[in-house]
Amino acid sequence: MENSILRYSLVERVMHWIAAVTYCYVLLTGLAFYSPHLYWIAMVLGGAPTSRFWHPWIAVTFFGVLLWMLRTWAADMRITSVDRAWGKQMKRYIENDDEALPPIDRFNLGQKYFFWAMLFAGFVLLVSGTVLWIPEKLPWSLRDVRYIAVLLHVSSALLTIGAFIIHVYMGTAMVRGGFTSIIRGEVSPAWAKMHHRLWYQRVAGK
Amino acid sequence: MPGNLRVQAISGHSGAAPGSGAQRQERVAKLIDTTTCIGCKACEVACLEWNDLPFRETAFDNTYQTMPQTAWNYWNLIKFNEHTAADGSFHWLMRKDQCMHCADPGCLAACPADNAIVQYQNGIVDFQQEYCIGCQYCVTGCPFNIPRFNPATKKMFKCTLCTDRVSQGLEPACIKACPTGCLHFGTKEDMTALAQTRAQQLRQHTAHTNAGVYDPAGVGGTSVIYVLHDIANPEAYGGLPANPRVPWAVRLWKGPLKWLGNVAMIGGLIGVTLHYLRFGPKKVEEHGK
Repeated sequence: MENSILRYSLVERVMHWIAAVTYCYVLLTGLAFYSPHLYWIAMVLGGAPTSRFWHPWIAVTFFGVLLWMLRTWAADMRITSVDRAWGKQMKRYIENDDEALPPIDRFNLGQKYFFWAMLFAGFVLLVSGTVLWIPEKLPWSLRDVRYIAVLLHVSSALLTIGAFIIHVYMGTAMVRGGFTSIIRGEVSPAWAKMHHRLWYQRVAGK
Repeated sequence: MPGNLRVQAISGHSGAAPGSGAQRQERVAKLIDTTTCIGCKACEVACLEWNDLPFRETAFDNTYQTMPQTAWNYWNLIKFNEHTAADGSFHWLMRKDQCMHCADPGCLAACPADNAIVQYQNGIVDFQQEYCIGCQYCVTGCPFNIPRFNPATKKMFKCTLCTDRVSQGLEPACIKACPTGCLHFGTKEDMTALAQTRAQQLRQHTAHTNAGVYDPAGVGGTSVIYVLHDIANPEAYGGLPANPRVPWAVRLWKGPLKWLGNVAMIGGLIGVTLHYLRFGPKKVEEHGK
């Protein structure tokens, strides 16, 4: 693309897609264990015992990528006063009335919420999932920990699913150019100016 | 399905259990009279023999307890307890510990694998290892600490109440081996009557004035019932729970949480679709081109 700006480096894109693939695997196998009506998903993915074996290992990989993302994007994901001002007008963003919004940096408040929600829920899923992984190792006297773990695991998984639905919708259908940016890494100057003006001014030097 | 047993409920299944309600079968029960148990462990040996399981290493803990708890290949264990009653008298309490075959089984409620846990019309709750996925949710669902995991095969195991024998009109192996007659097997109705008679006999003719029958209502009754010297203190018998129930967390998880989750997920998909129909995509106008 002519005059295009690098939005995501190759490393960032690889990181994103490892997270995407591992999350989708954990999501689908998790849904199979969640409801008898979705148990067929496990059959498609190689059988339920196989799904049960790989679900925790792939989940640990996913959480590892979340930590990698944290290291890479910690500065970009910090919520600033600019974001709070933007957040007050989020309704305009939802209604595609973008002209009226204050300019923002590399990520908008929604993207930042998404990141922190996945990181936080991912941590809760990791801890509760460890209990579900090896419940027999817990002594009988600590069985309350198992009960809390199943509830936390399902609740936080549902939280990530909600966030994931919005993320995929916005990244593919709603924000045109967004999907290309996470595949090829590039956006047009006009795209950068419209969605992330402060970031555009920073990277374009104007 | 072994022999002529009829299915009542199966785990992780969408829709009605095939074959349920086709025939009515008598509920069966195992009666364990702890007041005549001598702790000889013949039932343990009979269980291993019939089910072709190896004997396990014992762990000496200064009592007659052979090992701390049941294992994936040791389904039946005498729990031995040295108990001092409130009046200062000393008792050896012996209780045959195994799956209780609940009418409302927590393992089955928690299990996500289609057909891995089956409840038969006669009350037997049985694990079907060929369908088990090794997730161990049944460990969380069981209020009696019974299902055990085999790490080598990643399958769960427990007492089958000898489905293979019962379906052929035989009593379970443990019953057959008991030398004192403290174990009985028959219909739930007959065993309950026998247990009540025995408890009344104990109350009227012995010092065990608080003797009673353990058939916990919290799990809908069980197909293994006990006569205890002191019905008020089942915990003394190697941790028999006073009021077992399917854990509230399992009920919440498999009930309201699932429905709320389903509504939220479908609602989310409908929501983003409606957003697209109402507002459409964000397009960038390429100025100066």
